[in-house]
Amino acid sequence: MLDFPLWKKFSLWGLTLALAAAALPSLVAPFMEEPAPTEATTPQAQEESSLPQVNLGLDLAGGSHLLLEAKPEDVKRQKLENMEEAVKQALENATPEIEFGDTSRSEGQLSFILDSATDIDRARGVLEPLMMGEGLVREWDLTVVDGQRMVLTPTDRGIDVAVNTAMEGAVEVVRRRIDLLGTREPTIIRQGDTRIVVQVPGLQDPQALKDQLGQTAQLEFKLVDQQALPTNTQAGVANPGSQIFPYAEDSDFPGGFEAVKRLGGIRGDSLINARAGVDSRNNENVVNIQFDQQGGQKFAQLSTENVGERFAIILDGKVISAPVFNEPILGGSAQISGNFTAESANQLAISLQSGALPVPLAVIEERTVGPDLGAESIRSGLVAMIIGSLAVITLMIATYGRFGIYATIALVFNVLMLLGLMAIGNFTLTLPGIAGFVLTVGAAVDANVLINERIREERKRGRKVVTAVENGYNEASRAIYDANVTNFIAGVLLFWFGSGPIRGFAVVLVIGLVTSVFTAVTLTKMWVAGYLSSKRPKDLTI
Amino acid sequence: MKLLKLVPEDTNIKFLKLRVPFFILSILLTIGGWVAVATMGLNYGVDFAGGQEIRATFTETAEAPVVELRETLTALESVEDPIVQRFGEPNEVSIRVKLPPEAEGNPEFANQMTNQIVEAISVNHPDVRIDGVDSVSGKVSGEFRNDAALALLAAMIMVAIYIWIRFEWQFGVGALFALFHDVSVTLGLFALTQMEFSLQIIAAILAIIGYSLNDTIVVYDRIRENLKKYRKMPLPELLDLSVNETLARTVMTSLTLLVALLPLLFFGPASLFGLVAAITAGLFIGTYSSVYLASPLLIWMGVTSDSFVPQETETDIQEKKVLGKL
Repeated sequence: MLDFPLWKKFSLWGLTLALAAAALPSLVAPFMEEPAPTEATTPQAQEESSLPQVNLGLDLAGGSHLLLEAKPEDVKRQKLENMEEAVKQALENATPEIEFGDTSRSEGQLSFILDSATDIDRARGVLEPLMMGEGLVREWDLTVVDGQRMVLTPTDRGIDVAVNTAMEGAVEVVRRRIDLLGTREPTIIRQGDTRIVVQVPGLQDPQALKDQLGQTAQLEFKLVDQQALPTNTQAGVANPGSQIFPYAEDSDFPGGFEAVKRLGGIRGDSLINARAGVDSRNNENVVNIQFDQQGGQKFAQLSTENVGERFAIILDGKVISAPVFNEPILGGSAQISGNFTAESANQLAISLQSGALPVPLAVIEERTVGPDLGAESIRSGLVAMIIGSLAVITLMIATYGRFGIYATIALVFNVLMLLGLMAIGNFTLTLPGIAGFVLTVGAAVDANVLINERIREERKRGRKVVTAVENGYNEASRAIYDANVTNFIAGVLLFWFGSGPIRGFAVVLVIGLVTSVFTAVTLTKMWVAGYLSSKRPKDLTI
Repeated sequence: MKLLKLVPEDTNIKFLKLRVPFFILSILLTIGGWVAVATMGLNYGVDFAGGQEIRATFTETAEAPVVELRETLTALESVEDPIVQRFGEPNEVSIRVKLPPEAEGNPEFANQMTNQIVEAISVNHPDVRIDGVDSVSGKVSGEFRNDAALALLAAMIMVAIYIWIRFEWQFGVGALFALFHDVSVTLGLFALTQMEFSLQIIAAILAIIGYSLNDTIVVYDRIRENLKKYRKMPLPELLDLSVNETLARTVMTSLTLLVALLPLLFFGPASLFGLVAAITAGLFIGTYSSVYLASPLLIWMGVTSDSFVPQETETDIQEKKVLGKL
């Protein structure tokens, strides 16, 4: 058992030193000057040049953590809205046109009545292809009630698909918006069905970020209903075919309302560019937008047909402003004016440029840590760890002599290997993770204590040196193994069910258990074996 | 070189003699823990209760004006029952406020509240530095509570199953009871001291489970070994022997972990205090439960030296019959 052939020694040392070396960049980094962020050091260039390092969690490095959530109901509503448009188009395009009326969207269903019951089969034929999604997944159920009323209900599967698609789109939009804000190394991860985690290291003021992400940026241009009576509009009563929107709080008419025509407007999803600027005539902050070709044509048509009329610019269901078409706007570019500051104009430009969120997101958890506090935590945590380690080392060497020295060296390698593995695996070290470190050190010490106490016992019973050491390792290994597996189980469950900083603790614990068994059992065994075979001691001081 | 021996050789302490009183004590402690939780409640941090926590440092003031802050904040209309506590250094505070029901579904609300609070403090204290803000909605905190409870329960059960497979069912049950005891007492301590109970504390409790298990398994492993070795020894005597044989290890391990934890407790970051304090308390609770709860339970559940003798299988019995006939 105490036989270590050369190849085994080499591979054990190789593994140990390789993992310990992987920890070095993380240990050296804090002492190096942070390179000034110049044009050359783009995030990509940095990533390519630097060696893997242990990520510091936001609680240590400072920064902002946001948890965003979408409501599936919002997705459902949107799905129904889109379906209504698709159905309308399909029925109108049928030859001859299928007449229908009394459309309603309530209780998560879309329903309408055909003017003539004889159209039923034809309508069915026209609508059936709309019921299927990609990959022939049935996304809608189509039923007929009372012979003439058609009811469309999204299937559970259909809603799942819609939510999933919306969330994938939302992650992309969030990423674009954060990139446009110019923050460094953000982490954007989808979590669960309807959530997105956003972590931005170093960001102290999350307000701008939240403002940016809270905006759906659904931009619409709709004609103002000129016939609407102001009193009716204010009371929320719209003419048929019209709709009432409130003014935004920071617009010129906060608290006011505007009646607009439901149909015939343009949506902002055909934008290809948006930039904040200043209107040279009146020095107002504006946002200049550029439509794609199709949108540009539509906009040109709308403005040509309605010169002298007012149109409302609506963002996320709120009117920003309602200027007049002074002349036809050709060429596909337009200007959004409103009561903007330079900052809010820029923010709107970023939101528009990155596209609309397919679904509104709400911030449901937010954690911000100032960088000073993080640095202080690291410093005091390190000081405490150094004092603790020195105390443990003293105790170990005073108790077990040479075997205590082996245990100590193993302990140092344990910490290095743990750091190295965390750097390689790109894991994040958090504040609770530091506590995990302490526990790992505890586990490693316990393993050596178990072994050494066992060797003492064996010696006391009069066993020869080699037999005592062999038995010590063998007998103690059983308990060490069982204890570590149970802790491992607890650590994995902690990772599984835990969230946020607790996962940081679990990661360190789980990796640490593996490295501590390796260093405390395998490595020390190799060193002890080396000592026994070269010195052949008759007695052990243990 | 003379080496340190913390535990004299060949101890023979009759741990199990007092097993009945200690067992009653353990039961009382377990029940007491839950009574404390039920009557006094846990002081949930924002992780579990939802709400906002703002941590601030007064950079030019030696001591944070806790009382004044409390008054300032109570005067604010939107703030109800603010909790202002010292946190780490004398000039650091943590302010916890609940989010009112209308904040649910209105992401703006939490922001406005933070701004209001910071503004109100800055009026008299321009030197205030905001170190961090945690804002957790009621929905998320509810999930955290469920997740944490689930993690604890799952860890205890899975671990007990592992021990049952590796040892015998009695050992699994014994370990489960010991763990339940440790968790109950720790929760009770948090209810008594009203220290903030956060996600980190769940990590601490899981660490305690792990540590207590280490102890229990080391003792159990020795019991299993001795059951095979001394087949005629009465069980209480055998348990005492096993505990005594592993005593040096128990003391040494507890001591090393303690000397590693104490500096963290006294010099470590304030945000780790609760976690480290819980683990330190758990160190004692876990050691106690391994000796005085996990081991004596084996007596009452009827572990015998036969437990680890391989049982006769069907084929063994048939073979015997065949041999007998021959």
